[in-house]
Amino acid sequence: MDFSGLIDNFGPLTVTGLAQGAIIALFALGYTLVYGVLRLINFAHSEVFLLGTYACLFAWGLFGLDQNSAAPAVGPMLLYMVVGLVAAIIVSGAAALTVEFVAYRPLRRRNAPPLAFLITAIGASLFISEVVGVATHRNQTGVPPIIQARPVFTIGDTTVTNLQILIVLLALVMMFALDRFINGSRLGRGVRAVAQNPDSAALMGVNKSRVIALVFLLGGLMAGIAAVMYDLKIGVTRYDAGFLLGIDAFTAAVLGGIGNLRGALLGGLLLGVLQNYAAGLFGSQWLHAASFVLLVVILLFRPTGLLGESLGRARA
Amino acid sequence: MSEKASFRTSGGVRGWFGRQPWYVRAVVILVFTVLAYLLPYAGDVPLIGPQIITEGVDWPSALFNMSYYVLLALGLNVVVGYAGLLDLGYVGFFAVGAYGTALLTSPDSVIYADTGWKWLMAVPAALVLTMIAGVILGWPTLRLRGDYLAIVTLGFAEIIRIVATSTTTLRGDRGFASIPHPPGSWNGEPIFGVTDAIPYFWLGLTVIILVILGVRNLDRSRVGRSWLAIREDEEAAEVMGVRTFKYKLWAFAIGAFIGGLGGVLFAGEQSFINSQTFVLQFSILVLAGVVMGGSGNMAGAILGGVLISYIPDRLRGLSFGDTDLYEYRFAIFGAAIILIMVLRPQGLIPSRRRAMELKDREKEVAPQ
Repeated sequence: MDFSGLIDNFGPLTVTGLAQGAIIALFALGYTLVYGVLRLINFAHSEVFLLGTYACLFAWGLFGLDQNSAAPAVGPMLLYMVVGLVAAIIVSGAAALTVEFVAYRPLRRRNAPPLAFLITAIGASLFISEVVGVATHRNQTGVPPIIQARPVFTIGDTTVTNLQILIVLLALVMMFALDRFINGSRLGRGVRAVAQNPDSAALMGVNKSRVIALVFLLGGLMAGIAAVMYDLKIGVTRYDAGFLLGIDAFTAAVLGGIGNLRGALLGGLLLGVLQNYAAGLFGSQWLHAASFVLLVVILLFRPTGLLGESLGRARA
Repeated sequence: MSEKASFRTSGGVRGWFGRQPWYVRAVVILVFTVLAYLLPYAGDVPLIGPQIITEGVDWPSALFNMSYYVLLALGLNVVVGYAGLLDLGYVGFFAVGAYGTALLTSPDSVIYADTGWKWLMAVPAALVLTMIAGVILGWPTLRLRGDYLAIVTLGFAEIIRIVATSTTTLRGDRGFASIPHPPGSWNGEPIFGVTDAIPYFWLGLTVIILVILGVRNLDRSRVGRSWLAIREDEEAAEVMGVRTFKYKLWAFAIGAFIGGLGGVLFAGEQSFINSQTFVLQFSILVLAGVVMGGSGNMAGAILGGVLISYIPDRLRGLSFGDTDLYEYRFAIFGAAIILIMVLRPQGLIPSRRRAMELKDREKEVAPQ
């Protein structure tokens, strides 16, 4: 245990933790949305994210960018950002829908037991990550420096970079937009109705299948944005990038209260910060172990999470 | 209706088998057992032999691999198939068994000088250690909902791997070398040597037979009936007076024990283990085997265990056009899991009762 390591680096650890946590939060939304509506852990969501991290790399590759390119000027940078985000969103959204249609819908039609869904989800996850693994020869792929991390301001000995600000802001904006969509729009009302009681919702004229597809799509979109942020922050991606971060994201969703959108944001930020503190205290190799231990502790003492489980049951 | 009665009245191979007098059944079982022990010489059979054996891998070694995969599949079948608990971190128990053996017997271990144990002495200690690990993991987590249990067990396996990688006692990548082989000698030569894997396969096969007998008896006892009740409807079972937590913990500990047995055998044959040995895909692969074969049915689990080990070994060295099929083994299994769950959710050799359950649920489905 290295208490001085934690205390000396308290500020920087908090700031990195928040940026990390914002990515985790966006990722966690996919788990929370699907769980809220279907009571299903979408195990393949981590691979939806993984495909996003590669999709924006592919899009940037079309512009001739690779990890050795020089950082672009402001104009092209904005263009690249938009293109990268759009590519990741399209691919992740499509992947999430494909998983729903191929792996889940046939089972739902036949009223399969809940374990069957988890098993097909694992199959889908394994398939996608392994295909990516073989295609990339299990090497990591570098990310072109679209945005160079530059310090913007300093508090005490803590510097905050433009990239960290961008990540946290983007997560907050997306969170807000999704929250408004679920709680304010007509489609969102359908989602909440199905989450509350699928059969009654269907009787009231809500198209259940369409709501389920919508939920997968929304989760995929958020994962796509998280994937681009991840690429920019970490600088490399690998075929197993989705898996470990996926566990973190799921932990965050449970921590905040699975099925609860605002809970996912809170859980994500909190988990990011706590993980970094744990890394400061015990060394960075224990970062993921910390989130597992935290997950077990939450499940034992407060299985409904900090803000409680709700997508339809209360106004979350 | 008891399971036995349903075999007698039903058709197919199993129905035929169930209707035979005991001595016919005994002869059939004996013949299959002898054939299983003769498998290392399958390559000598004209015509079919060369097609069966693995070209890229030493055939007896491939058979030994199959034996511990089958062992793991049998153990996971108790947890997933009988009790209906989805354990995604099963490789963790395999690792605990192997590391337990290594810690007690390898000269690289910090406590080696104190013990100087041989493989056979380390076996019971390592198995007790795995069972304890099973109970420690099961005690807090078995009260959770089924899908949470899956994630927590996944975390358990990952923590074991992280601990093995990051602590100095467990030596990370450097691992433990010179773990002793099982004891015994024949004409002055040790039976369990370095080059010949046939004795290891026979040892594995013997352990498998013992495990099958043990699990079969458990399945037909009060414990087995409780597992069945828990799997079909946990709340109803609880209401009827089944102590669900106790029997779930039993399933977990027995599953852990069998997994640890696999780990102990593995460490005894390989004589070297490190933190790279126990990747998470391994658990998922074994799960795929159990589900493919037919979860809840031992014959299915055995078939699944054989397939997940045999197919990749057979694929090694083969290529389809320019692509090396061995590279794609996990992807192939991933796709296979989805296909089987969608097309034949009861598995290749289904448990009859499971198949009926699934059919029953299909009838209940609400019109979409």
